[in-house]
Amino acid sequence: MEPAEILSNPGGVIGVSWLMIALPLLGAAVLLLGGRRTDKWGHFLGVLMALASFVVAALVFFQMLGFAPAERRVSVPLYAFIPGVADLGLLIDPLSISFALLITGVGSLIHIYSIGYMSHDTDRRRFFAYLNLFVAAMLLLVLADNYVALFIGWEGVGLASYLLIGFWQFKPSAATAAKKAFVVNRVGDFGLLIAIFIVFTTFGSVAFGEVFPKAGEASQGTLTAIGLLLLLGACGKSAQLPLQSWLLDAMEGPTPVSALIHAATMVTAGVYLVVRSGAAFFPGDGTASLVVTIVGVATLLAGAIIGTAKDDIKKALAGSTMSQIGYMMLAAGLGPVGYAFAIAHLITHGFFKANLFLGAGSVMHGMNDQVDMRRYGGLRTLMPVTFITFLVGYLAIIGFPLLSGYFTKDGIIETAMEHNAILGWLAVAGAGITGFYMSRVVFMTFFGERRWDKDVHPHESPAVMTWPLIVLAAGSAVLGAYLVLSNRLMVFLGPAVGLPEELPAFHVVSPVGLATLALVAAGAGYAWLKYGRQEVPVVAPRGSFLTTFARRDLYGDALNEALFMRPGQWLTRLAVWFDNRGVDGLVNGLAATIGGTSGRLRRIQTGYVRSYALSIFVGAAILAGAWFVVGTL
Amino acid sequence: MNITAPTIEYLQLAPLLIVFGAAILGVLVEAFAPRYLRRAMHIPLTLLSLAGAFALVIVQTIKGVPTEPSAMGAVAVDGPTLFIWGIILVLAFVTLLLINDEDHFVPAASAVPGSAEEERALIEGNVHTEVYPLALFAIGGMLLFPASNDLLIMFVALEVMSLPLYLLCGLARRRRLLSQESAMKYFLLGAFSSAFFLYGTALLYGFAGSVDLAKIDTALGAVGGQDALLYTGAALLGVGLLFKIGAAPFQAWKPDVYQGAPTPVTALMASGTLVAAFGALLRVFWIALGNLDWDWSPIMWAVAILTMVVGAILAITQTDIKRMLAYSSIAHAGFLLVGVVAIGDAKQNSIALSSILFYLAVYGITSVGAFAVVTMVRDAGGEAWHLSRWAGLGKRSPKLAGVFAFFLLAFAGIPLTSGFFGKYAVFQAAIAGGALPLVVVGVVSSAIAAFFYVRVIVLMFFSDPAPDGPTVVLPSWGTAGVVGFAALATVVLGVFPQPVLDLAQSAAGSLFVR
Repeated sequence: MEPAEILSNPGGVIGVSWLMIALPLLGAAVLLLGGRRTDKWGHFLGVLMALASFVVAALVFFQMLGFAPAERRVSVPLYAFIPGVADLGLLIDPLSISFALLITGVGSLIHIYSIGYMSHDTDRRRFFAYLNLFVAAMLLLVLADNYVALFIGWEGVGLASYLLIGFWQFKPSAATAAKKAFVVNRVGDFGLLIAIFIVFTTFGSVAFGEVFPKAGEASQGTLTAIGLLLLLGACGKSAQLPLQSWLLDAMEGPTPVSALIHAATMVTAGVYLVVRSGAAFFPGDGTASLVVTIVGVATLLAGAIIGTAKDDIKKALAGSTMSQIGYMMLAAGLGPVGYAFAIAHLITHGFFKANLFLGAGSVMHGMNDQVDMRRYGGLRTLMPVTFITFLVGYLAIIGFPLLSGYFTKDGIIETAMEHNAILGWLAVAGAGITGFYMSRVVFMTFFGERRWDKDVHPHESPAVMTWPLIVLAAGSAVLGAYLVLSNRLMVFLGPAVGLPEELPAFHVVSPVGLATLALVAAGAGYAWLKYGRQEVPVVAPRGSFLTTFARRDLYGDALNEALFMRPGQWLTRLAVWFDNRGVDGLVNGLAATIGGTSGRLRRIQTGYVRSYALSIFVGAAILAGAWFVVGTL
Repeated sequence: MNITAPTIEYLQLAPLLIVFGAAILGVLVEAFAPRYLRRAMHIPLTLLSLAGAFALVIVQTIKGVPTEPSAMGAVAVDGPTLFIWGIILVLAFVTLLLINDEDHFVPAASAVPGSAEEERALIEGNVHTEVYPLALFAIGGMLLFPASNDLLIMFVALEVMSLPLYLLCGLARRRRLLSQESAMKYFLLGAFSSAFFLYGTALLYGFAGSVDLAKIDTALGAVGGQDALLYTGAALLGVGLLFKIGAAPFQAWKPDVYQGAPTPVTALMASGTLVAAFGALLRVFWIALGNLDWDWSPIMWAVAILTMVVGAILAITQTDIKRMLAYSSIAHAGFLLVGVVAIGDAKQNSIALSSILFYLAVYGITSVGAFAVVTMVRDAGGEAWHLSRWAGLGKRSPKLAGVFAFFLLAFAGIPLTSGFFGKYAVFQAAIAGGALPLVVVGVVSSAIAAFFYVRVIVLMFFSDPAPDGPTVVLPSWGTAGVVGFAALATVVLGVFPQPVLDLAQSAAGSLFVR
């Protein structure tokens, strides 16, 4: 089934769905402009705005449920933005509202959690301002009904991400990480930008409603080019190979930021972009969608391998995020069935990864901001709530039967297997590695010897932090089954992304599923042997060359340095040399000409009224003379 | 002989009458009220009259735009006029909040600068409350100028608008000699250009036998063999109008006058006068000379190009912030002229007109905001006029510097500011009108102009502050309100331009009545 037609605004709550974006934006504006005066109650305003946005999203969702499936895609035009190019409008459909619910729901929980987590920070208000800004921009990204508005949201989340990674800018590492994220993202953003340019020149519009139906008219080459450029944008935002290197460094930001932006929502924007444009620019058998699946598989393996070697709990989780988004990307390259699983995994991942990150944050909060897992150990009795919720998130991500990951990740693996056996088996291998590295995190943190310093007194976090954990854990446990069983999400998303001819039947037990489970169990068992039963050394052992390979992020940074930075520097030097010899003559000449002209012309401005009057007189004479010449021609 | 009493549509002219009435009341206040009461009486009188006039403009817009000229064909209150009135009244209102601020004006204008007499007036705390009625007269003139439907009324309006401004220019409290010099220059050159205007009117009367704009238009087709009268008259009339908007080669007065005048008065000239003069220019060239556009278009092309280029290039080497803004205003006048050239059929005209109206609104507001910021950055000798004194302002008062940077970006036409949509609208109209080369020049000049705007931003944020650098005075509620209003308008119109664009479009839809 093709995606449904986009209908006009039906009114009701949908008519004011822009409130979803406006409320957090207002919150950010008040907090940023209000300055220190809002310090006392700023965090409450931030939470309130996020919650209010969630309420609007929920109301919109329920109104939409009242419509027949074919009528669930509506556009809410707001106003003409750039006359003749782009209007600002919202596209409310099952896909966008799923995202909106995830962003505002998980976003609100993380806002609440941050009240506790940031309670000691003197700049808590600014933090909440940025968080609100992020929520607004992210909602614009997913709700926009055209590429230009999407791009504004895209840049908005990039800005918020930059500001929040570098939130503790007094730390040089944080400032550098923020810059790195910004620069790497810029590469992807240019891809997206050029894609939008091509879309506009090809179709004369950037609105989804006008471009998608006309996609068939463009040549195959154009479509592939647009698809690949969109993918480049997606790779930047979603930390996929080859633009993955910024995500690990982004963990310099406060942990709630890692949970919200760099795990649950922003980094999934690339998946959104691919799924949204899927039917038009990523046709099932095209080159573009093939490249999407390859990128997905490569990243899911790379992220998993990186995750195995990190001792920093947040970086281990960041590797895992890369890997899980790899799964989503893989699914997004597989057509309508894949879209549904990509989004299902995206939503459940939003829950369990936020859960895991916030759990990690809770541990750090009790451990004087220690992030080295070799300095943890045996925390399960001291932080029972954190432990239990973390455990649920852990079981969900490795695909423990009947928890969320079991349904969504296995769905992706099975779909991939049907599509291409190589992709399928590589995805299975990734699941096995996931079992290993996640178990490693759990064992090193909550089991074994207590390895922390004397002056650290681990304690459970306050209720404002544990309650969001409990809610997220509950979601991590059951959401997968809810979304996947009887193809609930797939049918729901049908009007937005299209439905396959035949709905896949979900087997609770399948050969591929059993193979996956066996591998996961093997990975977890190996982790138990190495980190559960054995003592974990406080100082990391040297390890084999493979360990080093993983620790160094698969030499991603080294590769970037060798491939781009150094040649870039040479190129810069060459360019500077060439610039000094050749271009400067031209450019400086031009600048000097303009500057010199300015300097010379300036002298005409003598300050004497008589010369001004003369210039007026001469001007008038020329004007009248010219008129005669033109008039009598 | 029977003389029929003229019919006057009082309601249509009410905004004008209110402003002029308030100005006359202001003169009476000056004459009869005791000195200590005057300010307290002027402020409500002035602000209320402007607000009342604005309310009446809105009432008329809602009631429906008249389709016939009023007052026996002397004044045309049509869609564009109402829109322009609206802009001018808003700009005048915020500028008056700036004028309201104490210590912009000289305590005793007649005292020789630096004399003991001046010292005494300063100590006694004298103020020239005459500025209020003067400003009101100027504003009244600005309202009449773009609305006048015949050349004589237009000339009267021009003088009513200009004479009080000449005076106001000479009343700066600091750098008084510069201020008096600017008033003198403005007066002499203004008188000179008025003479051109009047002579042009006389010649056109000779050609058409009437000073009525519509009748001149009719005469274009009917009268033959009088080309010399027509061409010279039209050219001279054009000189008078182009002088007021500061188009090259008649721009020389602008930097000197903007620099010397008290900054709130500069703000009034940069916004209100420009808006009014463009309204009048459009009326003359589109109505009276509308069918002659094949003749004047090439000339206007040249003037527009020259104006944009001269404004942008000369601004680069300016070191005085007000002079820089003056050249920027010249460049913007050039961009607006691009819209004037984009004349064509009725549909094209309405597109071009609406783009000009929108541009005038956004540019006027941003420029009042920018000059308001200039009034707040002071050092020992008053406003810190030299650009080097602005170095590092971003470190000392980041909010103010941020707002000013934002205004500069709006002048440069960066997206998400109102300036972007102003330029976009005008250039789009010009392309539709077949003036692509002009747009190319416009974009290149914008790029040159962006250089000096951004240079100020770099100076404010990336240079170390001077140890004895200027301080930012704590703004009064009025100035703070002006800056806040201008910043808000610049943001909102940059993100959400639709309502004002629509308003400009519906105002331009009916075009000018004849």
